[in-house]
Amino acid sequence: MLFKAYGDGLLLDHRPSDPTANLPRISCMMMSQAITLHYSDAAPPQRAYVGPRQVAQGRRLAATNETDWAALMLAVRDRQDRAAFAALFRHFAPRVKAFLMKSGTEASLAEDCAQDVLATVWQKAHLFDPTRASVATWVFTIARNRRIDIARRDRRPEPEALDWGGEGQEPDQADIYEAAEEAARLTEALKILPDAQRALVARAFYGDLSHSEIAAETGLPLGTIKSRIRLALDRLRTKMS
Amino acid sequence: MTIKHHLSDQLLMVYAAGNLPEAFSLVVATHVSLCDECRARLGAYEAVGGAVLETETAEMSEASLEACLARLGQPEAPQKPVPRRGFLPTPLADYVGGDLAQVRWKPLGMGVRQAILPTGKGASARLLYIPAGQSVPDHGHRGLELTLVLQGAFRDDKDRFGPGDVEIADESDEHTPIAEAGADCICLAATDAPLRFMALIPRLLQPIFRI
Repeated sequence: MLFKAYGDGLLLDHRPSDPTANLPRISCMMMSQAITLHYSDAAPPQRAYVGPRQVAQGRRLAATNETDWAALMLAVRDRQDRAAFAALFRHFAPRVKAFLMKSGTEASLAEDCAQDVLATVWQKAHLFDPTRASVATWVFTIARNRRIDIARRDRRPEPEALDWGGEGQEPDQADIYEAAEEAARLTEALKILPDAQRALVARAFYGDLSHSEIAAETGLPLGTIKSRIRLALDRLRTKMS
Repeated sequence: MTIKHHLSDQLLMVYAAGNLPEAFSLVVATHVSLCDECRARLGAYEAVGGAVLETETAEMSEASLEACLARLGQPEAPQKPVPRRGFLPTPLADYVGGDLAQVRWKPLGMGVRQAILPTGKGASARLLYIPAGQSVPDHGHRGLELTLVLQGAFRDDKDRFGPGDVEIADESDEHTPIAEAGADCICLAATDAPLRFMALIPRLLQPIFRI
């Protein structure tokens, strides 16, 4: 069991007990100055989540020191860890609610739907793959689909699902780290966009802008995220052929 | 499949945001099923959605977490995605209700056939079957038209569109696409306006055939 200290915030990191599986991740964390402590003989704690203040603290730190949402999500996915789920709920439910309200949903319905979205996170946890998307991105896709349901408008056909063969396979810790890191950088980049531009990007994702109203140029660095996903797809295609 | 003509950033972004009319979403989902480059670009736009989600919060009531925890049941068991069985990519096969053999084609004359797919308002989607070497009547567009090649190829004055390629046409485009010799051309086309044909006769027939 690993404990990561973020300033005065402390989060438990549930990762597989195989120590070698953690190595790339640990070295990355050290490079980014997060302090990684080993409590190899500590009793497994009941709660992965220490307190709302600490989670909030995690959010304010630099991109490289993000709270490890992916680790919490894997604890939900692989062990049905309810404490990890509670931590995810405290962070993401208020964000999903705000997202739905910004999309035109009235507050009490948005609150109910935020609960639905988080229940779906639990229910469909097996679909979460930390090497392909951050938790925020994954939760966003569920919230978006819920918003489409609320509007009862058009269906949204999905692309063919690919067989990543992830089940029972240990994901590469470096890949997980990369994905989380890129997502964090993107969130930072969005924060520092000029107000008008950031507002336009946000409105697009709240479903306010149609195809003809959207500007192609977001001003966000999307190249690295695209390249990483492309690389993963290339690897998958090679494996399949 | 070497894809040369991809989806635009606007289309991928509005699709990622979930705000594209169903007929256009069907073209995007079908193209992404065939094109890893656009699948990766779509993933990047979904990441922007994740970043936007992170920016705002609204207070949840005290009881919401307990209420949510109380309703958590047994999570879904992992399922393997169903691999494509026939020729049509899965999202399109869902609309056809089967594969190419199940398409209910309606003749439009000169060997051209179409099958309108059931989608929501705002835009319409149809499959087009154009015999090799046959030209599609000269037409211009109002609004946006997406044409995704599934089999064969077509050319207009500027470009060639082969399997997987998507042509994005708007008001400014007036062209005469011709299906290439070789395999008959099958396309998925979506538009948010009826096509207007330049020749008189097809225009008179337009309300009847919904083309």
